[in-house]
Amino acid sequence: MPETAVLPVCDADVFSPDVLRAPEELHHVLRSAGPVVYLSRYDVHALARYQEVHAALVDWQHFESGAGVGLANFRHEKPWRPPSLLLESDPPRHDAPRRVLREILAPPALRQLREAWQQAAEELVEHVLADATEFDAFTELARAFPLTVFPDAVGLGPDGRENLLPYGNMAFNSFGPVNDLVKADAHRVAELSAWVRAQCAREALAEGGFGARVWAAADRGDLTPAQAPLVVRSLLTAGVDTTVHGLAACLYAFATHPEQWQRLRERPELARVAFDEAVRWQSPVQTFFRTATTDVTIAGTVVLQGTKILMFLGAANRDPERWDDPDRFDLTRDPSGHVGFGMGIHQCVGQHVARLEAEALLTALARRVEHIELTANPRRHLNNTLRSWASLPVRVHPGR
Amino acid sequence: MTGGDNVVVTLEISAKETVAEGVVALTLAHPAGARLPDWTPGSHIEVVLPGGTMRHYSLCGNRWDAYTYRIAVLREPKGRGGSAFVHDTLRPGDRIGVGGPRNHFPLAPSERYLFIAGGVGITPLLSMVQQAELLGAEWQLLYGGRTRASMAFHEELTAAHGERVHIAPQDEVGLLDLASWLGTPPPDTKVYCCGPAPLLAAVEAACAHWPPYTLRTERFTAAEQRAPVRDLPFDVELRRTGRTVTVTPDVSVLDAVRGAGANVLSSCEQGTCGTCLTPVLDGRPDHRDSILAEYERAANTCMFPCVSRSCDDRLVLDL
Ligand code: FES
Repeated sequence: MPETAVLPVCDADVFSPDVLRAPEELHHVLRSAGPVVYLSRYDVHALARYQEVHAALVDWQHFESGAGVGLANFRHEKPWRPPSLLLESDPPRHDAPRRVLREILAPPALRQLREAWQQAAEELVEHVLADATEFDAFTELARAFPLTVFPDAVGLGPDGRENLLPYGNMAFNSFGPVNDLVKADAHRVAELSAWVRAQCAREALAEGGFGARVWAAADRGDLTPAQAPLVVRSLLTAGVDTTVHGLAACLYAFATHPEQWQRLRERPELARVAFDEAVRWQSPVQTFFRTATTDVTIAGTVVLQGTKILMFLGAANRDPERWDDPDRFDLTRDPSGHVGFGMGIHQCVGQHVARLEAEALLTALARRVEHIELTANPRRHLNNTLRSWASLPVRVHPGR
Repeated sequence: MTGGDNVVVTLEISAKETVAEGVVALTLAHPAGARLPDWTPGSHIEVVLPGGTMRHYSLCGNRWDAYTYRIAVLREPKGRGGSAFVHDTLRPGDRIGVGGPRNHFPLAPSERYLFIAGGVGITPLLSMVQQAELLGAEWQLLYGGRTRASMAFHEELTAAHGERVHIAPQDEVGLLDLASWLGTPPPDTKVYCCGPAPLLAAVEAACAHWPPYTLRTERFTAAEQRAPVRDLPFDVELRRTGRTVTVTPDVSVLDAVRGAGANVLSSCEQGTCGTCLTPVLDGRPDHRDSILAEYERAANTCMFPCVSRSCDDRLVLDL
């Protein structure tokens, strides 16, 4: 063995309800313990400092995704569904699916959606404000808006859209251990998976949407016909819950930081910065695993080949070594470089879609609302991977 | 379409070797030993030459090595001086600006591949061959060149892959026998070809009866262009700049929009590199680049203003 510092050990249940509800303290403990920490309860290694998390994310050569980005190790365990061609695969198999989706979701391709989404956001805000000035910003805005625009953009049929969020919730839970959160959904796995599978078929998808464009790529031979439905599935799995909770993070941030809301109202072009800062500050996707492809040395610690490594994106995004006053939500900061969307070849391919949704909703809201404030404690919804919400009760003061 | 952005980084030449008659390979590394941006087979980088012009070269190293890029450069006696500079002037330890990587020539999944290389066109195919091997696809490589001595990497390829590799030096066996290689399309096969323009034209002709999208080529020089769709001036509206300029037949859209204050990066200015990619908001571009695929042209969502023009009286750009 090379000389290594003693590996700090943490026996906390990092997927316990308390931690999922409020992970900040655990993050602090892990960051302080050292660059690599052994999580004895799950027999995995953890990275919580920005430098190591960032380095592991970009180094696909040494930290593979193909063995699963959850706790389950696909080298020994059969995954609950066919692995994702994007999230749970490595080069060279990862290349073509990634490329196709990146082109479909790239900013030039999204430009056509912009006006329609802006209008949809304005209509939604008008509609909500016409009813009341006190409402649940999570259900009425953060959840409602993506569900208004995203399934149409994909080209989903009208039926069964209420399955989208439960399916995503189940998929993101499945990256953690088989705990109560996973068990609670066990009875729905077959039904939800079947629904999603059916939506990925060519016939199910409306012309011109993202889904149809994935199939068009298969027609051109840029994907195989067997890959196309799985690439569509990635859109449906990763494209809804993440955005919903990212938007909720924004609204929560503004409800608790009124001066930042005033700043956004003065300079609505900050909407995109606000979204990225909220993603840094709340990290809707909290954790992902990688697996060491060889024995790798991380900050002096040798991690053996085949070991699962848990990366705490949320902890890295608030590492004081990387960010000044990291716990502050601050629009004057440049959040560039946050790992809330991941980094490297697996970086969120839908991030431009999410930013466009956020920009539409936040600018529509900023135009109409002078203040947002909480009227009660927001409630978290627990998920093994997502930092998510159940309710965000607010009162708003409309302007104009 | 485009992959990387327009960022240029300074890299150091860590090795230079002659790999065939008239071909040198350069190994490039970050001066501080940092990771280099990821790439995929078919990617190229742009090398900034003195005077600010750029040339693009396919990456032919190993993508599992995140710390070096490898390119191979043919001395082109009739070139614009770029290759001579690389051959005669650059030495290990020198630093050069590098843009990219970008990939206009990605490897699509397929059960079978036929790779056809002419001369230094072997460079993008090297990593494709490795990838096909990893994916367990069936593949063959047909590699032509003037003489065996002028053909880089043929020994390594033969040593590693044996019968899958067919070396065909012109002075020994004549021109590549495309008719017999491409006569009957085998099922689920894609043809990837890179090389000089006459080879590309010959392969295109020989594949005319293949199913659509099965032939994929990489051009280092601009394709032969038909005449522009219109020879009258047209207006280009710059939506973000808030100005409209009239483009007359004797100026490029690129020059016209720059004259109107829009900031567009360019590099090759012949529609091969992709640097000047510009989103189109309205109107139909007369695409004259060598980059976009047919379906990308038909979408009318972007264009390369260094060479492309307008089909109609008016074109609206996101500039
Ligand atoms: S500058 Fe190279 S494509 Fe326009």
